[in-house]
Amino acid sequence: MTDPSPGTTHVELRAGAYADSVALLQVSRTVQGLDGVEAAQVAMATELNVDVLTSMGFEVPPTATPNDMVVAIRLADPAALDAALAGVEEALKNASRRSEGGAELAPHRTTAAALREADPDAVVLVSVAGQHALVEAMDALDAGHDVMIFSDNVPLEHEVALKRAAADRGRLVMGPDCGTAVVDGVGLGFANVVQPGPVGIVAASGTGCQQLLALLDHAGVGVSSALGVGGRDLSAEVGGLSAREALRRLDTDPAVELAVLVSKPPAASVAAELEKYAADLATPVELALLGADQPDLTESAERILTRLGVPVPEWPVVGTAGPATGKLLRGLFVGGTLAGESTLVARAALGTVGTELGDLTGPGHAIVDFGDDSLTAGRAHPMIDPTLRLDRLAQVAADPATGVIVLDVVLGHGAEADPASLLAPALAELSVPVIVTVVGTSSDPQGLDRQVQVLAEAGAEVHLSNARATRRALELLGSNA
Amino acid sequence: MSTVVNVGTDLLAEGVEAQAVDVVRVDWRPPMPGTDTDLATVVADPLRHEANQRAVAAMLGVTARLVDVAPASEVLGLERGQFLHAGPPIDWERASGPLRGALMGGAALEGLVEDPEDAVALFESGANVSLEPCHHRSAVGPMAGVVTPSMWMFVLEDTETGRRTYCSLNEGLGKVLRYGAYGPDVLTRLRWMRDVLGPLLQSAVRSTRDAAGPVDVTGILTQMLQMGDEAHNRNRAGTLMMMRDLSPAMVTSGFDTADVAESMRFIGGNDHFFLNLAMPACKLALDAARGIEGSTMVVAMARNGTDFGIQVAGTGDEWFTGPAQLADGLFLGSYGPEDANPDIGDSAITETAGIGGFAMATAPAIVRLVGGTVPDALATTRRMHEITLGENPRWSIPVLDFQGTATGIDVTRVCRTGILPQINTGMAGRVAGVGQVGAGLVTPPAEIFPQALARLAERTRERAGA
Repeated sequence: MTDPSPGTTHVELRAGAYADSVALLQVSRTVQGLDGVEAAQVAMATELNVDVLTSMGFEVPPTATPNDMVVAIRLADPAALDAALAGVEEALKNASRRSEGGAELAPHRTTAAALREADPDAVVLVSVAGQHALVEAMDALDAGHDVMIFSDNVPLEHEVALKRAAADRGRLVMGPDCGTAVVDGVGLGFANVVQPGPVGIVAASGTGCQQLLALLDHAGVGVSSALGVGGRDLSAEVGGLSAREALRRLDTDPAVELAVLVSKPPAASVAAELEKYAADLATPVELALLGADQPDLTESAERILTRLGVPVPEWPVVGTAGPATGKLLRGLFVGGTLAGESTLVARAALGTVGTELGDLTGPGHAIVDFGDDSLTAGRAHPMIDPTLRLDRLAQVAADPATGVIVLDVVLGHGAEADPASLLAPALAELSVPVIVTVVGTSSDPQGLDRQVQVLAEAGAEVHLSNARATRRALELLGSNA
Repeated sequence: MSTVVNVGTDLLAEGVEAQAVDVVRVDWRPPMPGTDTDLATVVADPLRHEANQRAVAAMLGVTARLVDVAPASEVLGLERGQFLHAGPPIDWERASGPLRGALMGGAALEGLVEDPEDAVALFESGANVSLEPCHHRSAVGPMAGVVTPSMWMFVLEDTETGRRTYCSLNEGLGKVLRYGAYGPDVLTRLRWMRDVLGPLLQSAVRSTRDAAGPVDVTGILTQMLQMGDEAHNRNRAGTLMMMRDLSPAMVTSGFDTADVAESMRFIGGNDHFFLNLAMPACKLALDAARGIEGSTMVVAMARNGTDFGIQVAGTGDEWFTGPAQLADGLFLGSYGPEDANPDIGDSAITETAGIGGFAMATAPAIVRLVGGTVPDALATTRRMHEITLGENPRWSIPVLDFQGTATGIDVTRVCRTGILPQINTGMAGRVAGVGQVGAGLVTPPAEIFPQALARLAERTRERAGA
């Protein structure tokens, strides 16, 4: 611990204290807003967070371990320290507030203990840090429950072990790194609000699933369940273990007329096996497997509508982007599959498109997924914490080489309560044209129309179809090439 | 889906609740430092789940019956100069005051020395004497747990398998051998127990067994838990129920009536007499789970006054040890914390089986004796369910709506939660010869659970590689 000296910083380690990254994000925001505080970060001392703290000018003691909480505050006036620390305490207390009722019974400390009293059809939702997820998820499987693993950075061998255990027990593992699921009409994670209907989705892609939900909703088609299986499920190592079980479940659900399997580019052998498996099911299966020379998500949505005999609507666009200012396409995405789809579409037209954070200021076209595991270790997903993307957005917009910026905004339960209003002030100041895809349904809590309106008023051209949005950006660049 | 169990960020729980679905929140914390990798390895072990189910079922399937009382020389094959003691293995050099005191008294009882003080030289030389844990001979010993060939032992049997466990007869409280006292009174009492109490109990137990069937110790445990005993620091109801079962045979044994009366007065006046039946009953149950490959269940917790050791179903007879802790509690007379020896005795076998400190909620009469309050007792019993694999439906607690006691301590859950098993204990004086100085609450040293976990992980990896 360092003592505060006038106008300097206070850094304090709290061994054994713990709160999850989202709770600490809220605490940090609250403390940043206190009088006399210039900057504040309250975080677990993970490697990434220590880097962030160091870049903010804080000196973190080398003894810090990921099990220690760091309270770091920079003060304009050292006299404000006591008030700031009191603010930290208050915010931490509020962040750890649990629901009222049953106060005399301490909450269970493990998933296994909690499941002893749960209903037999309870689903377990795991979002602890990746290296701890297996242990909690295995509790669910041992007790005979399905589990959704929201956590990212789960080691591949853990995923394989969990999915093999699930196959033995006839249970479903959704995830890891599964952002979205709709089970029995209930949205889990980042889920859009949809009407029940004839479509059932199996998704090895969170935002890919959300794009389909949004497009189908716009066309008036409901979805009875959406089972996320995690982005690696169709890799050679995992072999589609969860996709198989999920398809089997949709096949036995009388509400499902058409099953859809949506995935990031799969391993060819796994795709072939699943295609064979799907062919033997009673329910028809539409494959929406992304890849070069494969249909994009919007085309897949159109195929689904056609198979159901529903007319394909116009995909809405609000606002009009101005001409490109520079030559380069720059995409800053929070949705991994949306970033991937955009990259596939852009590569077909532009050739090389970089996907690393550094490429955003490099000499070429670039599309980056801010939800990538490497950028979320020890911090909240960008759908919840927009800080990192907003920082980079300003940087990219200031680069004269930038011609058009493409962004995504994802709505639904679990996502930021009002993402458009956080993004709009930044957009309003830009002279570069910005194309935004808003992925959401008319029933989402954020209000799809209002979100679109706020972004359009800030100068963005807003699409519902991510593929169309990317093509529109290419069109603008083309006129500048 | 009617319920979601949420472990992790509360934001996701709120999203589910907004859709009018019930959410059970898990109060998750990071596991004990350095256990991440081993936890994942052990939890992913394909043997673990079924092995633990088998371990719990095996433990719960045992019924302990009192089939005999006989000298240790007969039933344990203990020979002159062989001493059993509580806890993991230890030598004289590292032995604590109370263990040394008990060994000295034991040597005098066996006639190896005239004066207990002379035994120091005997044990220092190591000639013709040997020390061995009670646990290595299917026995358990309270406090110092010293057993010598001429001491009489309760013999408990699992009817199903014929397996047996053993424990000495309880001497009472205060200045007694198991607390390290060895004065003339202590030796006089031990000789009377050897010459009078032992033979009488043998006769009564055998004739009861042959006439009405052996005393069901597990059954008495069920009843006493509902009568305010937690069967570690309070055994009053259990002692009286045992007396009820044995007294007709004692009265009609043909032994000298004065001796019978004295024996009944001794047993009835010693609220801890049944502890020496509760302990081997617990060991009999836990031993049924020994050696189940892949199981992470603790099958013994024991202390020798220097080290605290545990054994785990999936790691054979290996001990995982750390320094025994000082209990936190109340002291007799003018004794204080500086007089107390670190934790000692095999009696934590009761907690290992899910009673004692794990059943504190059922014994409000003694919570103050061991330094607690009634709400603490309720909370402790509930907290123990966080680290166990199951519940014992036979051992249920009325005040907790007849919930079964937490049973089957899971090494992985201890490492995950950092919650340590709660043990009710007596406190022995630090110096040999003093005896009991108090009673209180204690926990094992935390590091022995990650140690056991590491060994389980090593075995899992070896098996996966093989």
